[in-house]
Amino acid sequence: MVSIWMTFFVVTYLFIVGYLGFRGYKGTKSATDYMLGGRKVHPYVMAMSYGATFISTSAIIGFGGAAAVFGMSLLWLPFLNIFLGIFIAFWLFGGRTRRMGLRLDAHTFPELLGRRFQSRFIQGTAAVIIFMFIPMYASAVLTGAAKYLAHQFEIHYSTALFIFAVIIALYVVMGGIKGVMYTDALQATVMLVGLSALLFLTYHRLGGITHAHQLLTDMADKVPPTLAARGHQGWTSMPKFGTPLWWVAISTITMGVGIGVLAQPQLAVRYMTVKSGRELNRAIPIGGVFILFTAGVAYIAGALSNVFFDQTAGKISIAMAQGDVEQIIPMYLQQATPEWFNVLFMLTLMSAAMSTLSSQFHIMGTSLGRDLVEESLNIRKKGHGVLATRFGVLAGILVSVYLSYIIDIRFGKTGTAVVARGTSIFFGLCAGAFLPIYIGALWSRGITKTGAIAGMLAGALSSLFWMVFVLEKSSTALLLCGKFFGTRSLAISMVEGKEVFASTGPVIWAFVDPILISLPIAILATVLASLFTKKFEVKHIDFCMEKTGVRHG
Amino acid sequence: MLGIEDPWVVAPYLLCIASTLLCLAWGILKWNKEDPETEMDKQIQHWAEEENQVESEL
Repeated sequence: MVSIWMTFFVVTYLFIVGYLGFRGYKGTKSATDYMLGGRKVHPYVMAMSYGATFISTSAIIGFGGAAAVFGMSLLWLPFLNIFLGIFIAFWLFGGRTRRMGLRLDAHTFPELLGRRFQSRFIQGTAAVIIFMFIPMYASAVLTGAAKYLAHQFEIHYSTALFIFAVIIALYVVMGGIKGVMYTDALQATVMLVGLSALLFLTYHRLGGITHAHQLLTDMADKVPPTLAARGHQGWTSMPKFGTPLWWVAISTITMGVGIGVLAQPQLAVRYMTVKSGRELNRAIPIGGVFILFTAGVAYIAGALSNVFFDQTAGKISIAMAQGDVEQIIPMYLQQATPEWFNVLFMLTLMSAAMSTLSSQFHIMGTSLGRDLVEESLNIRKKGHGVLATRFGVLAGILVSVYLSYIIDIRFGKTGTAVVARGTSIFFGLCAGAFLPIYIGALWSRGITKTGAIAGMLAGALSSLFWMVFVLEKSSTALLLCGKFFGTRSLAISMVEGKEVFASTGPVIWAFVDPILISLPIAILATVLASLFTKKFEVKHIDFCMEKTGVRHG
Repeated sequence: MLGIEDPWVVAPYLLCIASTLLCLAWGILKWNKEDPETEMDKQIQHWAEEENQVESEL
């Protein structure tokens, strides 16, 4: 039943989003405005936009549900998110990226890499990687949001999908990054309020912090035998070292996302939107608090949902949700929180989805319009400003919506499983392709153009290979490994009708995240190729590294 | 500690809070600290703003 209050709050929320999008549109007069907010964005807006873009519905529903299964050992991820994803990212990466971007007059992340390494190929390839793979990530978020809204408002999935996409399209196409970041700041504020309330309600209901944790610790004997066999030792203990659950918790969830965030192009471009390093310093505390009270809360509430369900139904969370991880958080909210909170949390989830999607659509547009068409292919018309980028945004939205629509209609559960891997595939791919050369671009004087190209291609290809043919979770969903080799992963073989996982010491290869494979390969390729190829002129490096004021090349 | 026995799980719980406090302290201490920008960077920033202004007027 759709309550009048729910309708009132949603309409009010959308009205404010529309107003902020319109303000973005009115303030957008140039390409720099459309892509970088005129390089004058307020630190609160920048930090909240960065956080809201990073924390999507899958971080709340998906990872919150995962925390209900794994327990509080997943808190290593929000720690990395705060320390690496905010503090180190803004302090070390942010300052250098902003200054180098300004010196090279770069408007996008691929353009920064392309101009630093004086290579249109790098800019074009980075744009192709983004435009080809981010629709899958966007589709994962869009599908989840549309299903949730369809359920809440009792409307058809395709209607919810269409309405949701049109609302976001309007303010992204017209308002550019200003429209995106203004609305992000509002949406992040809603998320902060909603998730902080969830933290308070959860601890309050379970008798306080220490008591709630103790109750969860005392449930260790209720771990199902199937999970215990895979390494589960209770919800306040780490999984047993070297077991499948340990590898998933540490390599895939913690390192894959925790380190991968540094190379997300839609996040890195945020550093270039502020006026000076002072703004970045001011954004650090805002970002840190935001991540603690969003990502941190989702994991704590997810883990503690086991105590609530044990007390009320005598079951653990995953049993209550009948094995569907993504149902745990919605079920917990429905049963454990008051009616008014469900309205607030619906706005929280809408905000999480809209803020992530708007940035994804925007970067699809800049990748296609600016990086590929205008810069790499050198097709531009005088006086057309950001027309190509606006068409790029529109194309990106259409591809994502089509994916979300057709996959649900045509491929059912198989398609949904593929799309659900969209987030991790994009994170893994960006980490392999961009992280080594991004770090090299900012700090190394010795990387050559050939070295950067070799590193990017080696990282992207090794990451893709690992996800398609080895990493059990994605290779099973993508089906290609089964089609070519008759097994769901090259690291799994059948012995006497039973699956045997290939391992070396404590390493079980089918559970090792691609970031642990592609990063060393990309670094090695970059270093080796740079040793034997032509160096950049000292003038260019000096200019990029702020040693001189003369732009060269 | 805090109702959690495994130190490997207590650690990230406390580290989340500690790293947030680090972010807050950093923001307070560096609130008015300017970038280690060269004069040239300020000049480039100025040119970029002028260029943006011209493009806006066009």
